[in-house]
Amino acid sequence: MANYQVNKTYQEINEKIKKGQAVVVTAEEIIDIVRRKGEAEAARTVDVVTTGTFSPMCSSGAILNFGHTKPPIKASRVWLNNVPAYAGLAAVDVYLGATEPAGDDPLNKVYPGEFKYGGGHVIQDLVAGKAVHLVAEAYGTDCYPNKRVEKDVTLGQLPNAVLFNPRNCYQNYNCAVNLSNRTIYTYMGPLRPRAGNANFCTAGQLSPLFNDPYYRTIGIGTRIFLGGGVGYVCFPGTQHNPGKPRGENGIPLGPAGTLMVMGDLQKMSARYLVGVSLLGYGCSLTVGLGIPIPLLNEEIAHFCAVTDDQLLAPVVDYGHDYPEATGRILGHVTYTQLKSGKMDLDGQEVLTVPLSSLVRAREVAQLLKEWIQKGQFLLGEPVELLPGSDAIHCVPTASRDS
Amino acid sequence: MAKKKVVLNFPPHLIDQPVTYRLITEQGVRVNILRARITPKEWGNMVVELNGKKARLEDGLAFLRELGVEVEHLAEEVKWREELCIHCTACLAPCPTKALYVERPNMTVGFDREKCIACELCLNVCPYGAVEIAIEQ
Repeated sequence: MANYQVNKTYQEINEKIKKGQAVVVTAEEIIDIVRRKGEAEAARTVDVVTTGTFSPMCSSGAILNFGHTKPPIKASRVWLNNVPAYAGLAAVDVYLGATEPAGDDPLNKVYPGEFKYGGGHVIQDLVAGKAVHLVAEAYGTDCYPNKRVEKDVTLGQLPNAVLFNPRNCYQNYNCAVNLSNRTIYTYMGPLRPRAGNANFCTAGQLSPLFNDPYYRTIGIGTRIFLGGGVGYVCFPGTQHNPGKPRGENGIPLGPAGTLMVMGDLQKMSARYLVGVSLLGYGCSLTVGLGIPIPLLNEEIAHFCAVTDDQLLAPVVDYGHDYPEATGRILGHVTYTQLKSGKMDLDGQEVLTVPLSSLVRAREVAQLLKEWIQKGQFLLGEPVELLPGSDAIHCVPTASRDS
Repeated sequence: MAKKKVVLNFPPHLIDQPVTYRLITEQGVRVNILRARITPKEWGNMVVELNGKKARLEDGLAFLRELGVEVEHLAEEVKWREELCIHCTACLAPCPTKALYVERPNMTVGFDREKCIACELCLNVCPYGAVEIAIEQ
């Protein structure tokens, strides 16, 4: 058990939030506070640090229950605005995946495909309050005789709608380049030949899991900002891999931790859940996600003060290495470089562009900060932390404490 | 000297006529072709930057209109729909003229109409459908 100078509990912080007395800052604002006051003093004075990210997160979708019909149906095939939803569940439950293209999409037959409309767009339309055309087919049973239902539904009319994303919020991600001789179309956007551009997609120092690299506070039950509403971390995300190599500062040097999250879709907003069409790749959903990190002790303050120059993204060639799964990394680049608009790759100056929006990530962190300040959002204490949280990390806090 | 970026739409009967040649030689207008798309027996479409004395330019445009060429201002053709833009900057990589740019450190995307040559490269790259070009209509 580490011996900290500051020891705060979730309960204490929540009491302050309820009274409207909690001190809340964003993950960008904490940097300067720690620099000026030191980690222990920062942990003493600040209660919560809010983080944010706004990026395409393909492993997302919605569990929808469209209500029992008369006569009842046990739907086996379902479409929403012509986008197929998985109906292999009980009667009127479906799962609509973000990357599912419309049933008549030409896909990549005309290369690169445009993927104009898919599951992510349906989710955005629902959240925007638009009516969505639902078609359900069934083979019919004695108890569910109905074989076909067709109707327009709005989000408000659905008995249940839950955003359920099996893998969101990657702790770090690749910086994609293309060393081949032709333009390629990837989930990281179009990549011009001979490293014509480098695309990356995390919010750097504002990104949730960069601020809590050992998952000291984030776990099952953490209450979060999700798609403009309230959500929860419900499990480690698929492919959660805390064992990835880390730098001396404890930050993973490549994609590592992930989160499985869910929340009430009916309370979310189309500003923070946006359908995307990735040329030549497919459809997806851009998700606004923010996590509050309680400053329970100075170690957590230390982690929250991380800056872009200490965060490294692996540079990966999507022209050859990624599709061939060679695992080769061309090198590492700091998020300071990535955000500057250009980086150096073996002496070549390469244009760097993010696929995630820093503008909206800041908006998410700011909004979450305001919710907590106003006492509208309490912290959820995890019932269990994520795998990897038991890693021992000795932070030289004492020497950096002013 | 004046400069003007325009879109020229050529009806089918003008496709085989050396209209641009006449614009240069007879009207004395400097023409910089930014983009051209001509399909035989269909409409031709060209994005040009015209350079010359103001009176010359006006005469040149009148000459084109008289021949039956539809002249449109480029700025009206290209639409960056700010309300759809989430400022991800994916459009910056393909944009050859830096008409789409990002302001640092805010990372807010902006669009400079004057620099746009309506090349359409950004059109499908934008995952959010925030850039629209109405040239084909």
